[in-house]
Amino acid sequence: MSLRRTENHISQQRVAVTGLGAVTPFGCGVPTMWQALGEGRSAVRHCPMLAEIEGLRTTVAASVPEVDAQWIGRRKRRYMSKMSIYATIAAHEAMQMAGLTPEQLQDVRAGVCVGSTTGSTIETESLFCNVLKERSIEGMKSTHFFKIMNNSCAANLAQALGVRGRVLAPSAACATGTIAIGLAAESIALGKQDVMICGGADELHVLTVGVFDTLEASSRAYNDRPDLTPRPFDRDRDGIVCGEGAGLVVLESLEHARAREANILGEVCGFAVNSSPEDIANPGSESMVECMLTALEESGCRKEQIGYLSAHATGTIRGDTAECEAVEQVFGDVPVSSLKGHMGHTMAACGALEFIATLLMLHNGVLLPTRNLREPDETCGRLNLLTNIEHRQVEVAMSNNFALGGVNSAVVIRRSICDRQRDN
Amino acid sequence: MTDSEIIELINRSLINEFELDPGDMTPDTHLVEGLGFDSLDFVDVVVVLQQAFGVTLREEPRVREVRTLGDLHRLVIEKKRELESSKGA
Repeated sequence: MSLRRTENHISQQRVAVTGLGAVTPFGCGVPTMWQALGEGRSAVRHCPMLAEIEGLRTTVAASVPEVDAQWIGRRKRRYMSKMSIYATIAAHEAMQMAGLTPEQLQDVRAGVCVGSTTGSTIETESLFCNVLKERSIEGMKSTHFFKIMNNSCAANLAQALGVRGRVLAPSAACATGTIAIGLAAESIALGKQDVMICGGADELHVLTVGVFDTLEASSRAYNDRPDLTPRPFDRDRDGIVCGEGAGLVVLESLEHARAREANILGEVCGFAVNSSPEDIANPGSESMVECMLTALEESGCRKEQIGYLSAHATGTIRGDTAECEAVEQVFGDVPVSSLKGHMGHTMAACGALEFIATLLMLHNGVLLPTRNLREPDETCGRLNLLTNIEHRQVEVAMSNNFALGGVNSAVVIRRSICDRQRDN
Repeated sequence: MTDSEIIELINRSLINEFELDPGDMTPDTHLVEGLGFDSLDFVDVVVVLQQAFGVTLREEPRVREVRTLGDLHRLVIEKKRELESSKGA
């Protein structure tokens, strides 16, 4: 399966981006995120919930400020945990940007592909606190399972939007958002769907933070200065800061988008996902290289055409180094930055949020730097690591995400639709 | 607990759980047609009232006969009294 249109291939549809939606630790909305990123702000704060947990060495996180979800009717909202609410708010924004009406989505040719790292851990905790304490399920409500099941976000979003097509719920930890976009793009490229609402969402819980803390991968040295962490690529980086949010994207077949005269924001032209079987916790650079090369090949672009790379780089010692080695091997000195320094690691949402931010960079002729990168670590190679805003017109970019579980993903994004035969 | 205290706690519990309008909480209000409850809501009505009053409603056949808020008030009052008398015995 390829996203590239060729005579010999099953793929016949090019994939246009027509809508973007975001709920981030900066608040609701793509403009809110874009403004904060442009101003180089940090959304990382002291997190009292974490400070209460014995043995947890990090006390900082990037939480989403309180959101207004009352407009989602109770009948739909009762099945939603925070992550589904974030996804629904972001999807609503993306649909509005795309100019899609609810009626246009209520079609067998419209689907949803949205994932999270797990079902709602907040709801799981709520349920099992009672079950374990009372040894009884009498307190279990009819809505609990719909918040806990792994496909909770996708199912809730499909219910809220009334879509009648595919409902896919990929779960690949930190790579979920990118993989959801890639699988949605493939659904369209294959001609199976005309419209897909896709992306990732997650909610902050001590489980996630505790996992990284246990794996010695959480940031701890900046508990008293949250704005100074995480520090992707920096010599003084010390780990991940967990966050939450949702990134949702509307993808359409180019034919469908043009037929309804939609404003086309860009194109998903390459996607790859692969496994790094050597280590479940630390994807290796060799498989990262393979993943990026596969996505690049599928896009039909030469590596020289990639003018920006949005790195996964979470601020861990090993992860950043492995990614830098891989990026240097594939691209040499392509401009690179990571947005984790601004928003923390929003888990399943990060791939989609970084996709959105990357597309906005291409549209605005601005490449954003990595916040908190002061002294690039010597192990991060000879990359062009952005430390200041760079004004540059870029046509094609790649966005990476690598996940616990040894899962790599990369997506290639074009700013505009062009004739590939002529362009390449 | 008096009957009126029980009714007040039932209404308050349902208002909080189901985001109901206090103005709709009259005894003759139909739970389906008036409050918009569906089958899953009925499951949660039982859970919420069991937690609020410590009574067992899940296996109670009379739950199926409840149509209005007044029916629910009467059932919970009866169950509460049964619970109190069994404890007293």
